[in-house]
Formats: sequence, C-alpha cells, structure tokens
Amino acid sequence: MSRAEATEVEASRAGASPPGAVLVAGRRPQTASGFLALFRNELHLTFRRMRTKVLLGILAALPILIGVVVKLNTDSPRGGGGGAPSFIAQTTQNGLFLVFTALAVALPVFLPMTVGVVAGDSVAGEAATGTLRYLLVAPAGRTRLLAAKFTAGLVFCMAATAAVALAALATGAALFPLGEVTLISGDTIGFADALLRAVLVAGVVAASLAGLVAIGLFVSTLTGSGIAAMAATVGLVITVQILDAFPQLDPIRPFLVTHYWMNFSDLLREPMYWDGVWKDLGLQAAYVAVFGSAAWARFSSRDISA
Amino acid sequence: MIRTRGLTKRFGGGQLAVDGLDLTVPRGSVFGFLGPNGSGKTTTIRMLMGLISPTSGVATVLGESMPQSVASVLPRVGALIEGPALYGFLSGRDNLVRFDAADPTADPRTRKQRVETALERVGLSAAAGKKARAYSLGMKQRLGLASALLQPRELLVLDEPTNGLDPQGMREIRALVREVAAEGTTVFLSSHLLDEIEQVCTHAAVMSRGRLLVQGTVAELAARAQGRLVVRTPDVAQAAEVLAAHQVGALVPGEGRVDGELGASGDEVLPKLCAALVEAGVRVHGFGLERGTLEDAFVALTGEGFDVAG
Repeated sequence: MSRAEATEVEASRAGASPPGAVLVAGRRPQTASGFLALFRNELHLTFRRMRTKVLLGILAALPILIGVVVKLNTDSPRGGGGGAPSFIAQTTQNGLFLVFTALAVALPVFLPMTVGVVAGDSVAGEAATGTLRYLLVAPAGRTRLLAAKFTAGLVFCMAATAAVALAALATGAALFPLGEVTLISGDTIGFADALLRAVLVAGVVAASLAGLVAIGLFVSTLTGSGIAAMAATVGLVITVQILDAFPQLDPIRPFLVTHYWMNFSDLLREPMYWDGVWKDLGLQAAYVAVFGSAAWARFSSRDISA
Repeated sequence: MIRTRGLTKRFGGGQLAVDGLDLTVPRGSVFGFLGPNGSGKTTTIRMLMGLISPTSGVATVLGESMPQSVASVLPRVGALIEGPALYGFLSGRDNLVRFDAADPTADPRTRKQRVETALERVGLSAAAGKKARAYSLGMKQRLGLASALLQPRELLVLDEPTNGLDPQGMREIRALVREVAAEGTTVFLSSHLLDEIEQVCTHAAVMSRGRLLVQGTVAELAARAQGRLVVRTPDVAQAAEVLAAHQVGALVPGEGRVDGELGASGDEVLPKLCAALVEAGVRVHGFGLERGTLEDAFVALTGEGFDVAG
C-alpha cells in the first residue's frame, strides 16, 4: 500500500466514522480461538443436520433389531440353528456380547455407508449449495476448511460407533443376562473388565473408519455434486469388500482399506492379540496420509466456480 | 483499491472468459462494473476474491496480490457473489454465525453482537430465527448482505445485489450501499442494470465479451452520449421540416415526438428553434434537451443493444 493511499484511509476513517464508533475496518490479528471456531462450528453443523440424526438413529436401531431377533430365536422351541456366528451364539449367554455382534454386523456395510454419506458430502455438498464460495471468501482458508471437515468426519465415526455400541449395550442388558464374559479364547473375565474391552473395541472400530473418511473427503473435492460423491464413496467401499473376498487377489488384498477391519475381534482373546489391530490402524493411517494429501492438493489448487 | 493488469482467464474448454483486463478501482469510490450477462463480470470477481486463479496477468486487492494473499486481504473484504447461498436447515442467525466463524480473525467472544448488528442493519432481526429455506429471495439476498457486513470492511464486493428483488427491495439495497459508502468503504458493484449504476455509482467500467471497453467516472461516461433535442407535438412531419431547416441533424420522427442532434451549435439556438416551430404553426407540447444516459453511452460504445452476449 502506498503512502498516499494510507493517508487516504486515515482521512476517510476520521471523516466518515461517527464519534464513538468502536469498530474500524482494518487488519485484525488471527487468534487461536478464532482459528478453532470453524472446527467447533463444523461439528455443530454436522450434528445439527436432520440427516446425521437419522443416520445415527438407523445405526442405533440395528442392534435392537439383532437383539430382538436373537431373543425370539432362542425362545422359540425350534431355536438353536447350527449356522449362527460365534458372537451371536455368545449373545444369549451374555448381553454384553451384543455389542461385539452389532459392531461386527455394522462394520462391513452400515457404518461405512453412513461415514461415506457424511464424508462424501462434506465439500461437494457445500459446493452444490454455493456456501463453499462464501466460506472461502470469509476467508475460511482451504487447508483449514478441509481440516475442519476431516475432524468432523472423524468425530462422526466415533459418534456412529458409539450409537451402535450403546444401543447394543442397552438392548443386551434388557434382553439377556449380564455378568462374567467368556472370551473367544475360552477364558472368562469379569464384567467390568469386559466393559473396558467393549470400549476398546468400539475405539478401534471408529479408528478403522478413518481411512474411509479421507477417501470420502478426496472424492468430495472432485465433484460439485454431493449425491455423486456420497454414491461414489459408498460404492467404493462395497467394491473393495467384494475384491477382498477373492483369494486370487491375494497380492493386493492386504492393501485394501477394509482388509483388517474384522481384526478387532482379536481383542476378545486372553491375552489380547494386538498384531492384527496394529496392522489395521497402520493401514488406516497410510490411507489418511495418501488420500488426505490428495484431497488437499486437489482442493487447494482448484477453481471454485460453483 | 483494486488493480488488475492483463488479467486473463481461459477455462478448460478453451473459452476465453476474461481477456487482458486492466481495471483500476479508486479508494473510496462506488464502482459500477457493467456488462451484459456472460460478459465476464463474475469470472473477474471470482479472480479478485481468490476463488479461481487467473490464466495470466495479475490482480491486486487492497495492495496485495491475489490469490496469494487471500488470508490477509479477505477479512477486510465483504462479498456477495452470484446471489446468496445459505444453509437451508439453519436459521438466518446460525447462517451468519457460521460465516463469521469461518473468518479466523473474527473474535468468538463478540460474535453474537456482530451477528445481531448485521441482522438489524439489513432489517432481518425479526426473521432471524426462521430457517433460511423458508426465506424469500429478497430475505436471502439481505442475509447475504448481512454476512458481507459482519465486520467493518474496507472493500465491499457486490455481484448483482438487486437481482430478483422487487422495486422496494432494490431501493433498500441501494440505500444500504450508499450508507456503507458514506462510511468510507469502497464499493465494487457489478450489475447489468444501467440505471442502477447511474443511481449509486461514482465510477464505472463497461465489459463486453470478456474485454474492458471503457472505465472512468459515471459523469465522464454519460458525457460520451450526446444530449438530444426532443420536441413533443402532434404535428410530427411539420416539426421535422422546421428542425431540418435549422440544421438539426439525425432526426428521428416518432409517435407524437421528434428528436434530433443539436450538433455544434449548442444551447444558444434553442430559443430561436422554439420560436421558429411556434411560428410555423407547430403545436409544441414539449420542448427540451434530454441528457445523455449510460445506456446511450453503452449503445454508442458497443454498437449493440444490451442483450446477452453469445
């Protein structure tokens, strides 16, 4: 800014502002609380949406449904069909096992679907409604906005997992006996101990979805249509899981984002078997790094013309 | 305040949206950015706001180059770009809270107060609790303006701010623009409505097909269009004869009126002309000069009507 211009500003300020005016146009410092405000607002925005509430509601209804079905099945005289997965069989002995059953059922399809909706819509949805341009001229900052979206996505993963786990715990407690838990390895641990493991498992499941959030965010930066981004993300998860079922694809299967998801059950052994869980978390971190960078590279250089 | 040199944007399809734009917006002006729909106004504004990067050329806003200095420049700029965009599921107030939170230089402790002040300023306080999806277009436009006015700004960029508004709404927005300008904020106003620019702007630039045709003060631009002599009379043919005999050129006879160019002779001949008309028995109902308008200037500049550019 030239000196002449600077004096002009001063003159115009002195001339125009009424006496006692507190607010003056000019540079304001960026503050830490101001910086974080967008992250808080993003969470607020995500969880205030009807869509988010409905998704969480569906996730919470799932364990109730499973619990009721299992209960009816065991009560009926014809019950005890042979093919039930080990978790489900355990559930009848201990309600806490419904938490693990519900998470195991929700993880391949329902959880990724909801996460895909939230992450896929994150940037594309704002572009579609045009609010993206107003956020950017505010100026939100492209990296900051992306970080806020990613954070909100992660928090949604936790909320989604918690919705399943808590609904399962409540349903399990209502329909089945609680008490000592017999683990997969055959050992028995106390209820408090088992509850702790449930929390641990839920944490691992939530973290397993981190890679998917990054993928969804990247897809979201590619398009201006929220629906397209959601569909692409959800479709990708399903495709990847189908690919993971082919033994012929062995060389690439360990790199598929969903490959180690079910390893959380290793935490239900005595002692806990962490190798598979670490593999899963490491893979998720790699996906976050790769797709997070891709999303950033794409978003920070893109022309916003929506 | 805003300065561009050779600013050019070519989109992916090879379409040249903005072509070598040299624009200078003086500080303290109300700058009208004029041009038909599709002439490159919005693309220019998007480049100025760092939303899209230019193919070549430079743009400086508040003395800093864009889009590199977005973070330090934009907190001092309020913008309404291509109509308002809101979160329909949030209330008007919560929309403003969100846009305010997006600005890292905005103090969260005074956010509530800023939002209420902005709402009051655009007359939306009463409807602030309603969901934005229930807003009329005029209310959305006002809420967009409120978000541009959350902070005291050095520059206000308004892209077609009165689009879709009823006459009353247009008047209110224009009054608001004048008010903001009076506080010392430079206003950059794009419009395809000539009378709007004429009413509120001190300076103007005219774009057509991605190129800048002219820029200057509104008075200068309007002066390019010559004033025309207009005679209102039922005796059109007779009046035209008399005027032609007195060296009035480019006569256009119309329904109950004749108008023509006075040429070099100027205002002094007017009384004589009027007397001559009356003497010839022409029933003169009206006689006078019509000031040149921006529209005349625009037609003279482009040689075309003010239609959508292909």
